[in-house]
Amino acid sequence: MEYLLLQIIALVFVAFVLSRIILRYKKDKFTFRETLFWAILWILVGIVVVLPGFMSFLAKILGVGRGVDVIIYLGLILLFYLNFKSTVRMEKIEQDISKVVKEITLRKK
Amino acid sequence: MKVVVVIPAYNEENTIGKVIQNLNKKNYNNIIVVDDGSSDSSYEVAKNEGAIVYKHCINRGLGGALNTGISAALLEDADIIVTFDADLQHNPNDIKKVMKPVLDGEVDVAIGNRISKGMPLTRRIGNIGLDLVTYLLFGIYVNDTQSGLRVFSREAAEELDLRTNRMEISSEIIKEIKDKNLRLKSVPIKPIYTDYSLSKGNSVFGGFKILYKLIIRRIMD
Repeated sequence: MEYLLLQIIALVFVAFVLSRIILRYKKDKFTFRETLFWAILWILVGIVVVLPGFMSFLAKILGVGRGVDVIIYLGLILLFYLNFKSTVRMEKIEQDISKVVKEITLRKK
Repeated sequence: MKVVVVIPAYNEENTIGKVIQNLNKKNYNNIIVVDDGSSDSSYEVAKNEGAIVYKHCINRGLGGALNTGISAALLEDADIIVTFDADLQHNPNDIKKVMKPVLDGEVDVAIGNRISKGMPLTRRIGNIGLDLVTYLLFGIYVNDTQSGLRVFSREAAEELDLRTNRMEISSEIIKEIKDKNLRLKSVPIKPIYTDYSLSKGNSVFGGFKILYKLIIRRIMD
């Protein structure tokens, strides 16, 4: 198996990330939903690492050329989604800052 | 009838004093200036001219400043709230014209429409573009949505739920007018364009930024 060394390194990394996720959840830094989202995502990564053939299988079903392409497309979609989410959240924070500034200003005059 | 004029100002020390004097000459004596975290002496200049001045501790943009100003005017028991630009582009004589339909009870909000008179062509294209954007996103077409001269009845001002921070506020006000079923009239006014007031206005880039922010605002609803 020529993949073996790469697979082991990738698996160790996945395990590391998963442990971080669980740690954050235990320290109450992640909500249950956030934990679930990230855990499922990284478990999927783990599955793909162990069974590289799975992506090729998926690629065939989806009509995309290669397994790697599926990963790239899904990755792009995910990045766009996360970027969108943080943009909206940032806008909300900006609006909240303005609210606070307004309150302070009206109180002080 | 207590008329309160709200002027948002960010680094306008060169013009804000003159704007207040011009308004005083026309007997508009209740003036609220919101200094939006200026680094120059806008605050002192406005204070010396006898305006009520509020100062934001940090810059929040036109939206933040207008929002603070309108709330402050309501606290001052205003019956009519006028928003007015600090860059000398409005003629104080125009307030009367724009205010009339609100005073008569014909509408709740009136906006001074600069487009038909004296606006340079590139500006006109940009402004009509933003009017179209406002229509596409919020479903109401208004001439010159971006105008800084607006008149609100007290009841209308109380209804507004304004959240955006920067230049996109002008279109958000239009959105609120539609959502709250307020009656609106656009009244032609003649803007005074100087190199100074033109440099203070929106660039093409600024226009696209407004578009981007408005799309986010639409999504967040």
